[in-house]
Amino acid sequence: MMVLVSYDVRTLDQAGARRLRRIAKVCQDFGQRVQLSVFEIEIDSAKWVAVQNELCSLIDPATDSLRFYYLGKNWQHKIEHVGAKPALDLNAPLIL
Amino acid sequence: MRRQLNTLYVTTDGAWLRKDGENIVMDVEGETRARLPMHMLQGLVCYGRVMASPALLGHCAEHGITVSFLTPNGRFLARMEGPVSGNVLLRRQQYRCTDDPVQCAAVVQHLLAGKFFNQRAVIGRALRDHSEKLAPEDDAALTHAYQRLSRIGDKVLGELSLDVLRGLEGEAAQAYFGVFDHLIRVDNPVLRFKGRSRRPPLDAVNALLSFLYTLVTHDCRSALETAGLDPAVGFLHRDRPGRPSLALDLLEEFRPLMADRLALSLINRRQLSERDFKVMDSGAVLLKEDSRKNVLVAYQERKREELRHAFIEEKVEIGLIPFIQAQLLARHLRGDLDAYPPFLWK
Repeated sequence: MMVLVSYDVRTLDQAGARRLRRIAKVCQDFGQRVQLSVFEIEIDSAKWVAVQNELCSLIDPATDSLRFYYLGKNWQHKIEHVGAKPALDLNAPLIL
Repeated sequence: MRRQLNTLYVTTDGAWLRKDGENIVMDVEGETRARLPMHMLQGLVCYGRVMASPALLGHCAEHGITVSFLTPNGRFLARMEGPVSGNVLLRRQQYRCTDDPVQCAAVVQHLLAGKFFNQRAVIGRALRDHSEKLAPEDDAALTHAYQRLSRIGDKVLGELSLDVLRGLEGEAAQAYFGVFDHLIRVDNPVLRFKGRSRRPPLDAVNALLSFLYTLVTHDCRSALETAGLDPAVGFLHRDRPGRPSLALDLLEEFRPLMADRLALSLINRRQLSERDFKVMDSGAVLLKEDSRKNVLVAYQERKREELRHAFIEEKVEIGLIPFIQAQLLARHLRGDLDAYPPFLWK
């Protein structure tokens, strides 16, 4: 399935900046950065439980927020991209 | 059921692959060109001057991502293998079975029956789809080869001598490759098939076939390893150091569908032309670098097509069929199945 993850982290202090970095790192491990704080993660649901848990443990619920959008299996029709930096389709033939 | 994951092909000269968290990152001249999560991959194939960091190789070994290194022309060089895994009892059974001429012949029979059936299907499809466009002599030659392959296929199941079975295979190859040129529907003399040649391939069609066979072998080998079988110990192909004999055995069934048929489509749909090949001084013909990418794309796309598997009666992606066949072979060796059911393409 495809999950869209976006987050908002308060970075007024150093601890906030650290949280932001860590969240970005976990998202990047499993998905693709499509905008500054937006990631697309294609993952099976079992693995997603672990990733989601980790993300939730990283934020400070008093100041930060995480949003997960579940786009399901047929997500290809639900995403449209306009402008610069198009995302790489990880299911297409990968030849670098 | 195993999920069909993607295979990453790296053809960029001088690429440096490294691991960053759970990502695979490709740097070229110190600049990051690509980054993708590894949980989407099942294989990594490197062409030519491509380097990979030890950390990345270790991660691939741990997570069952097969890594192969090929020359720029697609000839197999090396593969990276993690700790020997899988079931030792199954592997022992495999060795016993390959040593026993009768059991061995029983598997070879079915492998070859599958191969002949699929070769026949390639010809049958051309007869069915293009019969009105075929010249009468082409039509006659193809029909003759079709019948010949049917006869050989009938013979193979009653035969228990390995030598006779190999003889039948030669006969079938002669019948099949004898008419292979009739299946090519472009007039360009460069793209005609003049008999199978390899090491080196002497014409464009052979160059394309050899390249595709390498790709399918890579997939067959990972399939066998996934099922816990030893890819080096084969039934039809005998042991030789460094040769993935069992992968080559398994390849026999898939050659017609996954390689021959794809090569024909690429040529007949004019996706490849004579400009895509270069002739070396030695007479060897090779695919050009850019054209190889087109072939890789076509191969990956073909693997995503679905068809019905006759034995397990399920719709599966073509890329998964080697994995299913490896499973079925393992089940036969364990004694759960009386015979090895080959993959039959209809």
